[in-house]
Amino acid sequence: MPASAKPLSPQRRRFLQDTARMAAGCAVAGSALAYLARDARALPAEALRPPGALPEEDFLAACIRCGLCVRDCPYDTLSLAELGVDGAATGTPFFTARDVPCEMCDDIPCVAACPTGALDPGLTDINDAQMGTAVLVDQENCLNFQGLRCDVCYRVCPVIDEAITLELSHNTRSGHHAIFAPTVHAEHCTGCGVCEKKCVLPEAAIKVLPIRLARGSSAEHYRKGWEEKAEKGRPLVEDLIDLPDRLPGPGTDNLATPGGFEPGYNLPGTGQ
Amino acid sequence: MSTASKAMAGREAIAVKGWLQAHKWLLLRRASQTFFLLIFLLGPWFGLWLVKGTLAGSLTLGVLPLTDPFVTLQGLVAGHIPETTALIGALIVLAVYALIGGRVYCSWVCPINPVTDTAHWLHRRLGLAKGWQPKRSTRLWLMGTVLVVSALTGTIAWEIVNPITLLHRGLVFGIGFGWALVLGIFVFDLFVARHGWCGRLCPVGAFYGLLGQRSLLRVTARDRVACDDCMDCFAVCPENHVITPALRGKGSDTPLILSPDCTNCGRCIDVCSVDVFAFTHRFDTNVSEAPATPADTRAA
Ligand code: SF4
Ligand code: SF4
Ligand code: SF4
Repeated sequence: MPASAKPLSPQRRRFLQDTARMAAGCAVAGSALAYLARDARALPAEALRPPGALPEEDFLAACIRCGLCVRDCPYDTLSLAELGVDGAATGTPFFTARDVPCEMCDDIPCVAACPTGALDPGLTDINDAQMGTAVLVDQENCLNFQGLRCDVCYRVCPVIDEAITLELSHNTRSGHHAIFAPTVHAEHCTGCGVCEKKCVLPEAAIKVLPIRLARGSSAEHYRKGWEEKAEKGRPLVEDLIDLPDRLPGPGTDNLATPGGFEPGYNLPGTGQ
Repeated sequence: MSTASKAMAGREAIAVKGWLQAHKWLLLRRASQTFFLLIFLLGPWFGLWLVKGTLAGSLTLGVLPLTDPFVTLQGLVAGHIPETTALIGALIVLAVYALIGGRVYCSWVCPINPVTDTAHWLHRRLGLAKGWQPKRSTRLWLMGTVLVVSALTGTIAWEIVNPITLLHRGLVFGIGFGWALVLGIFVFDLFVARHGWCGRLCPVGAFYGLLGQRSLLRVTARDRVACDDCMDCFAVCPENHVITPALRGKGSDTPLILSPDCTNCGRCIDVCSVDVFAFTHRFDTNVSEAPATPADTRAA
């Protein structure tokens, strides 16, 4: 054996062994904890965060689970997630719209109570809150979509006529009534959940979903011709020929309409 | 020492000093633990909102914010700079424990302590073997691990499983299945590892221990000359390695228990029939000269 490879002294060997053992133990414990920590990020869709809550990832670094927001909510909307009972990360505040929605207090006491900024003190107007977005998830059961005049979600909305409007369309079932479709406008909806709470059906047809689930997004490079035109005062691309539109109705080659006539050509594959 | 005499630890003190005197600090400690729980429960139970929140963060009388510094530290390494209210709260708590001893939190405030104390009491009664005894430094390693995991996952990692806040929050807000974790700790301390949780694993205790390195409030073995080697203090002390240097010191060796592991629980003071121990401050290095008899110390 070369002189440089002297056997380790027993103390040194022991120290290295202990350190290695400890480091390995911590790696195991740390991985388990990291697994739980990542798991805790999966906020269930029906658990909504209080107004002003930071995006979920930042929220979990900020919220110390003190419950002060819960205590200062005058409507007992909020509660702290209990281990193994509620899906949200243990001890963090949330509410379930169908149980108790947020009443959108003018002074936002929950945000004022938060000592850490997990609920962003920059939120000063409750109408700017984005706890989620209401979506009329079930047109097939929504009474208004059946042509009835329930209108409850629309009437109870604290941001009525902005966050939710009734859009008129023809009722093809009866042929001579209107359908007043409750329609949510996401940029004004605060996600308070009052509409979901008050929906008269046994299971709400309108639900507040987390924004990540409720919304799509437009591709950045999309340009809407009509908007560009309004802005520029002229078409986006010059010299386009505007061909006549084929509208249904008498005098057109649309056979489905009374008075329509056969087109003067045969399309391949139409069996003619 | 035989297991039988361990189970009997404190008998002599009761005989000499009376039951009350032999349980003085234990009773005060239980009172303090109850106080720190009740003060949070007055609101939800009786609508008396002196204190709102939990041990992780609270607001007293609407003005005094208190924040757990270890939770705050995890938040910081996870990448969130808290608002000033939380920072001030954490600084106040830091200052207080740095002064009176970090692990005073463990024995006078923490709601898990009665659980592990009960496990230890039963452990002694049943004369069980000490079981798995990982090094005491394990908790420091775990504390480091918690901080690393917080930084890597960007979450306040320990709060996902922390049995302390889980139990406290559970009692104040609703516990869910948190009780299972608490029961787990009890069983662990009783059957798997004596003093396993608080003494070896808990990263919160490790943090508060570091915090109290230079704290003022200390236990002294001032009358160590009177020690009759009954070993009762070693039997009841949750961190009994801290006693040896102070009690077995000779001559000018400091009689103070200076280890930051000492929780200032005062149980050694209780169970000593010859009153060797007393609370004092860290600059009081007085040692009794003449061998004091039990009668002398009590008359003093
Ligand atoms: S805005 Fe009001 S009702 Fe809504 S969660 Fe906050 S305190 Fe509760
Ligand atoms: S007040 Fe802030 S830190 Fe406390 S539980 Fe609510 S959101 Fe979390
Ligand atoms: S959640 Fe419903 S009630 Fe609340 S703002 Fe949005 S549409 Fe209105």
